Amino acid sequence: MGTGPLLLLATLEGTVMAAVLALAAVGLSLTFGVMRVVNVAHGEFYMLGAVLAWAVAQAVPSAPLGFVAALLIAPPLVAALAWVTDTTLLKRLNYDPESTIVATIGLSYLLQQGALSFFGPDARPVAAPFSLRLQFPWFGYSGYKLFVVLAALLVLGAVWLFLRRSKAGLVMRATQVDRNTARAFGINVDRVYAGTFALGAGLAALAAVLVVPISQAHYLMGHDPLLLSFIVVIIGGLGSLRGTLIAALIIGLADGILSMLYPPTLAKIVATLAVALVLVFRPQGLFGAPAR
Amino acid sequence: MKALVLHLAVLAALAAMGFLLPPYHHGMMARVLVMAVFAIGYNIAFGYTGLLSLGHALHFCAGMMACGIAMREGVAAGPALLLGLAAGGVTALATGLLALRTAGVSFMIVTLMFAQAFHLALLYYGGFTGGDEGFPLPGAARRLFGLDLTQAGPRYAVALVLFGLVLLAQWGLVSSRFGRSLIAMRENEERSRMLGYNPFTTKLAALVISGLCAGIAGAAYGVLFGYVGASFGTTQYSILPMLYVLLGGAGTTLGPLLGAGLMAWLIDAASGLTDSPLAVIGVTLIGLVVFAPRGILGTLRQRGLKWLP
Repeated sequence: MGTGPLLLLATLEGTVMAAVLALAAVGLSLTFGVMRVVNVAHGEFYMLGAVLAWAVAQAVPSAPLGFVAALLIAPPLVAALAWVTDTTLLKRLNYDPESTIVATIGLSYLLQQGALSFFGPDARPVAAPFSLRLQFPWFGYSGYKLFVVLAALLVLGAVWLFLRRSKAGLVMRATQVDRNTARAFGINVDRVYAGTFALGAGLAALAAVLVVPISQAHYLMGHDPLLLSFIVVIIGGLGSLRGTLIAALIIGLADGILSMLYPPTLAKIVATLAVALVLVFRPQGLFGAPAR
Repeated sequence: MKALVLHLAVLAALAAMGFLLPPYHHGMMARVLVMAVFAIGYNIAFGYTGLLSLGHALHFCAGMMACGIAMREGVAAGPALLLGLAAGGVTALATGLLALRTAGVSFMIVTLMFAQAFHLALLYYGGFTGGDEGFPLPGAARRLFGLDLTQAGPRYAVALVLFGLVLLAQWGLVSSRFGRSLIAMRENEERSRMLGYNPFTTKLAALVISGLCAGIAGAAYGVLFGYVGASFGTTQYSILPMLYVLLGGAGTTLGPLLGAGLMAWLIDAASGLTDSPLAVIGVTLIGLVVFAPRGILGTLRQRGLKWLP
């Protein structure tokens, strides 16, 4: 295979990666933007989505139906868990940023242990709903992966429409800008927070359900997406949705292409250091506006 | 005066335990003492200065690796321990210079990312560092002042002496004028700036002292238990000292020891119920943050024992 086809393959892989990453990171970005809390358990919500998808697919005999059922059942379940977490735990902490981080670290340990106890230490696959193969002149490519990109685009579009056009989205944005004024206008801020936290977790779970036919479900699988989502959200500017999307595209493509040319560990080292330096020297992110 | 008696009584009790404990708990307690040194370092940064770092595994593991690699190359245990101490301080200085330009949540993420990058680098240069599998330190090299550290008795004694020195140094530090300026940074940075203190250099000094403790703890852990590896650089080893300090009481001199000891006992007691300590750590973290953010000694101090250091 020549350089051209190799680059094409790398770009395709990178695009798939970027799509999944964008879904996962938008959830993190939403919770940070609206609630000003960093959810360390975000990766575990992602993992739960994948594990639940496996459980649902096990219960349904036919492969396409199982996947569709997982897509419909797993994200709402994870969102419900996040809602409960918000109302019972984060609200009690008054959304203090540092306490929330410590509490969500604890939560992530709990969820990991729960998955390990009930799901076991093995990686388990979920069958893709269809097995279409696109034949390029040089290599075949899984049609399902392109479906993932399409689905991610659809969901992201829906999130954008929801935020821009719906009443609930307006209320969320109002809360993001000024929590106290929003409360003064009769907005139930507690419910907005719980809803945002649930939405963020649900998006992570959705990304995981989409990804599980490509990579497998595993109780430690939340670690990398958490780190990458952090990287994307920070590079894109904390709380900026558009920045998050652009950053997801850049990081996903860069990761796809660089990890074909260089060892993946080296790429990760460079990425984590880059994030630390961005936070130190340009805290508003590469695409965010400077703080007012 | 009460405080001095308390510190000496705790050290005396620990020394007595060295003679009384059965072998299994003997080894566990030596581990607790070394981890308490690490936690004291964390306490100086977080408990007294208010710097919530999520990257202290970097300094711990840097100390451990520097010491371990030096010993592998034939350096004696004493100088290798000093090398570990220095590695903890140098890494804290380097990351502190950058990370202290941020505060709050950004500071937590930046320190987390530095530690993550360090851990990944250890894996990447696995040929030199031993990677995730690490490497054992030869028993013949683990000798300090003529003591054979592969034996339980000398091992406990060395851990206790190290802990005692660091505990008393911490107490001296936090009751000194400089220690008061650290607390001032935690309580109100702007006001202390107005009083003429330089927040950046004060906090940097606190981080370096904290890193020195973490470095010597990591090096001692390697020498005493004969194994070093990159697995001690994972995020979990940044969370553990935070957990100990939160449990025992942030900003109390004996909190780190109490937290480390209690946590070891809790995980040991729960090992009959679950096969992994993750859930215990998770539940404790959440419970502390929700119900007792001051920790045990912090709550006692608030409830009347005002003299508690």
